[in-house]
Amino acid sequence: MPKFESLDHLREYRRQLLARRDPQQLQVLVCAGPGCLPMGSEEVAAAFKEELQAKGLEGKVLLKESGCQGLCARAVRVILRPREICYQQVTPEDVPEIVEATLMNGQVVDRLIYEAPLTGSKIAHKSEIPFYRGQQPIVLRKLDVIDPESLDDYLAMGGYRGLRKILTEMTPEAVIDAVERSGLRGRGGGGFPTGRKWRVCHEAEGEVKFIICNGDEGDPGAFMDRAVMEGDPHAVIEGMLIGAYAIGARKGYIYVRHEYPLAVKRLQLAIGQARQFGLLGSNIMRSGFGFDLKIARGAGAFVCGEETALIHSIEGFIGEPSPRPPYPAQAGLWGLPTVINNVETWANVPEIINLGPEWFAAIGTENSKGTKVFSLVGAVNQTGLVEVPMGTTLRQIIFELGGGIRQDHEFKAVQTGGPSGGCIPKEFLDLPVDYDSLQSVGSIMGSGGMIVMDHTSCMVDVARYFLSFLFEESCGKCTPCREGLRQMLFLLDEIIHGRGEEAHLALMEELCAAMADASLCGLGQSAANPVLSTLKYFRQEYETHIRDKKCPALVCRPLLKYSIDPETCTGCLACVRECPVGAITGLKKQPQELDQELCIKCGLCFESCQFEAVKVE
Amino acid sequence: MVWKITDETFETITEEVILSIDGISLRAPQGQSLLMAARHHGFDIPTLCHHSDLPSEGNCRLCLVEIGEHPRTRLVNSCTYPVEAGLLVQTASEKVLQGRRMVLELLLARCPKAKIVQDLAAQMGIYESRFKTDDPEELCILCGLCVRACREVVGVSAISMAHRTPGKLVATPFLEAAEACIGCGSCAFICPTGVIPYTEKDGVRTIWGRDFPLQPCNVCGNFIAPTAQLEHWAKITGDPVEHYFVCKDCR
Repeated sequence: MPKFESLDHLREYRRQLLARRDPQQLQVLVCAGPGCLPMGSEEVAAAFKEELQAKGLEGKVLLKESGCQGLCARAVRVILRPREICYQQVTPEDVPEIVEATLMNGQVVDRLIYEAPLTGSKIAHKSEIPFYRGQQPIVLRKLDVIDPESLDDYLAMGGYRGLRKILTEMTPEAVIDAVERSGLRGRGGGGFPTGRKWRVCHEAEGEVKFIICNGDEGDPGAFMDRAVMEGDPHAVIEGMLIGAYAIGARKGYIYVRHEYPLAVKRLQLAIGQARQFGLLGSNIMRSGFGFDLKIARGAGAFVCGEETALIHSIEGFIGEPSPRPPYPAQAGLWGLPTVINNVETWANVPEIINLGPEWFAAIGTENSKGTKVFSLVGAVNQTGLVEVPMGTTLRQIIFELGGGIRQDHEFKAVQTGGPSGGCIPKEFLDLPVDYDSLQSVGSIMGSGGMIVMDHTSCMVDVARYFLSFLFEESCGKCTPCREGLRQMLFLLDEIIHGRGEEAHLALMEELCAAMADASLCGLGQSAANPVLSTLKYFRQEYETHIRDKKCPALVCRPLLKYSIDPETCTGCLACVRECPVGAITGLKKQPQELDQELCIKCGLCFESCQFEAVKVE
Repeated sequence: MVWKITDETFETITEEVILSIDGISLRAPQGQSLLMAARHHGFDIPTLCHHSDLPSEGNCRLCLVEIGEHPRTRLVNSCTYPVEAGLLVQTASEKVLQGRRMVLELLLARCPKAKIVQDLAAQMGIYESRFKTDDPEELCILCGLCVRACREVVGVSAISMAHRTPGKLVATPFLEAAEACIGCGSCAFICPTGVIPYTEKDGVRTIWGRDFPLQPCNVCGNFIAPTAQLEHWAKITGDPVEHYFVCKDCR
C-alpha cells in the first residue's frame, strides 16, 4: 500500500481496491467485541482458521475478527457474509459443522441461529432478526463488516471520503455550517450543539488550537464508545481530522481510559496506519492541511469524563473540573481554544459530511437529530448495543429490540444516562427518547446507558448503589457534591438499615435541590437524579422501608426477616448445615427453629431449603 | 485596553461594562470577577476559599450568585465568573440563600468546631446541622487555600490535594515528609481554620513532618526564618544567601 501523495491518488486507490474485491466473497466474521471476547471469541476464530485449513478453504473463505456485532447476550457471535447469516453462542466445537454445512454446502445450522425469546421462532438472516430490524446504524454500521485493524476495509466502506470531500470542495466555514445544519448534538451527555461549539472555537483568537476526543467512558454498564474505538477506530480519526480542519487545529488528543487496552491498541495501530499512508501528519495529501494525533491514557477516574477535568488530566494535573467560563472552546488545553467531543460524536461526523447535513437532519426528532447508540443492559432478554433514531420509544427499545424482560418478569423501571441518570417508571414507556424528553421526566441522555430493572430491584437500593458509585468517584473539589453525596449516602444507608425517619425524605429532597443548583460541574449537578427520580416515582417504596421497616423487593438485607414454617419443615437439617452462625436449632425430623438474635440474614437457609419451609419477608 | 498619560504616571484604563446587581445598575472593569465587582460596590458576599492574592477556583460555593433573567436563571460562583455587559445578578435571592445555607450546613456537619464556619452559619441563622458528623474534631474545610498559596505564591508545590471525595485531604506526596517544603509556613498562615500544625522550639520549626533549623540574624541574633526558606529566596533572586542572614530590623 502506498503513501497517498494526492487527493486523487486516494480516490484512485479506493477505485482499484473495490475493483479487486469480489462482493460475493465468502467471509466469516467472528465478533471480537467487549461482550464476545471474554466468552472465547479468540478460540472460535482459531478453530475457524484450523478448520478452513483442514478443508482447504483458506484462499476461498476470508476469516476476520470484527468489532461488536451488537447482540452481546448471545455471545460468541459469528456472521457469515455475503448472506448475512448470524450464528450465536458459537463454541469452537460448533465450528466444523458451520464450515461443513454453511460454507461448503450452503445450509443453515438451525441450532445456532437466533431464536425469538417470546415466540421461539428461528431466524437466520441479520436483517430479519427483530433486534437488528428496528435499528438504524450510522455509527455502528461498519462494526460487523470490517476488520478493525485493516485500513483497506475502512477505505472500501467509503472511509476517508469525508476527508477528501472537505479538502477538495469545502472551506472550514462550510464544514462548520454543515455540522450546524445537521443538528448534531454532543453524544457524551450534555447534548450541546456540536456545530456551535466548533464555531466558537473557530472564531476564538489564537494560532494554536486543539481538538480532543473524549473516550473516558466510565458509566457502569456502558460500552458503546469502547465498541466504536475497538471496532472502527478510523472513523474517530476521520471525524477528528474533519473537526481539526474546521476549527484550525494542528494537533489532537484521544483520551482513552487505561482500562480499555484493546481500544488503545487499535487506536494506536490506526493512527500508525494513517500516518504511514499520509492521512495524518503535515501537508496531508499535499492539501496544505496538517494534523496529528496523540493518545492520552486516563487512569480511570470517572470525573475525568467531565471536559475540564479531562483537560487537566492531559496537562498532568489532578483531574478536577474548573468552573466555566472560560469554556474549553475559548480557553481549554494549556489555556488555548479546544474542541472536545465524545467518541460517538466524532464517529458521526464523517457520515454527515459524506451524506450531507440534510440527510442527517431528517433522522430523529425536532431538537435531537440523528441516531443514538444505547447499551441496553439489565433485566432484558437481549442485552447489547443498539443504535436507534432519536425519538424511538423506550417500549420499542426494551420490548422490540431487547426482546422484553427476562423470565417474563414485570418491567419496573429503566435507568438512563449512567449513574447520574434518573429511573423512569412504566408510565413513560411510550416516551420518545431524545435529550429533552428524558430531561422532562427527570433523567438524562448521558452517554447512552440503559439499565432495565424488573420487580426484583429495590429502588431504594438502586438509588443507594448509584450514589455510592458517585460518592467514590466525585473529585471532592466543591462542597455541595463532596459533603452532599456523603450525607445523602448516609441517609440512604439509614433507610436501608431500618433507621430511616419520615423527615429524612424531605431533607433528602432539599439536599438534592441544593446539589443540583450549587455544584461546580455536571457530576454534582446531576448526582441527585437517581434519588430525586426514585423519590418522585417510587416514593411508596421509601415509605415502606421507613414505616414498615420492610423491603418489598426483598433486596435490602437488614430489613429482611427469615423464619421457618413449622408446618412445612421436615427437619432435614439442610439449613442447619448451611447456617454459618448456628442460628437454626432443632432435632432431626422435627421442625427447626431460627433464632432471630443470631441470624445475620445471609439467606443461605432460604436457598438450601427444598421444601420452601424457610420464609422471608 | 487603552493607555492614557496622566500628569505623572501611566495609568491603565480598562474598558468598563454596565451590569445590574440586585437591581442596581453599576459599572465594573472588564475582566473583573462578579465577586470583586459586587464587593467593590458594597454588596456582602461571604467566601471561604477566596483570597485576593490567589487565583480563585470556586471550591467552597459560598459566593454563589444567581444570574440571568427569570425563569432562565442559574447559580454560579461569583469568584470566577467575569462581569458581562447587561448581566442581571442577584446576590441574595431565595435560590442563592438556599444554596448558601445548605453549603454552610454541610460544612458545619463536616467541621462543627471550625470557628469561621460557625460564625458564617450563625449569620445565616444556622446554629446546628441536620446532618451527621463523622469526626467532631475535623477542622479542614478543604478550601485549598494552603495548596494554592504553596503553588502560586511560594512556588514550590510541596503539598496538594490527595484522593477523591471519600478520603480527600491536603497532603504531602505519598504522605511522607515533604522534600519540596521550605518550611515557610505560608500554608499554616493562610489556613482559615488553623488546622495545619506547626511548632517552633529551640530554633527549629517543625511542619509537614520535617524539622527546619531557623536562621539567626547575623546582627541581633533573633531568628529570621528557616534557612531553607532563605536559600529558596537566594535561588529565586540570584543573590548570595548571606544577603538574607540579616533580619529586616537590622538592615
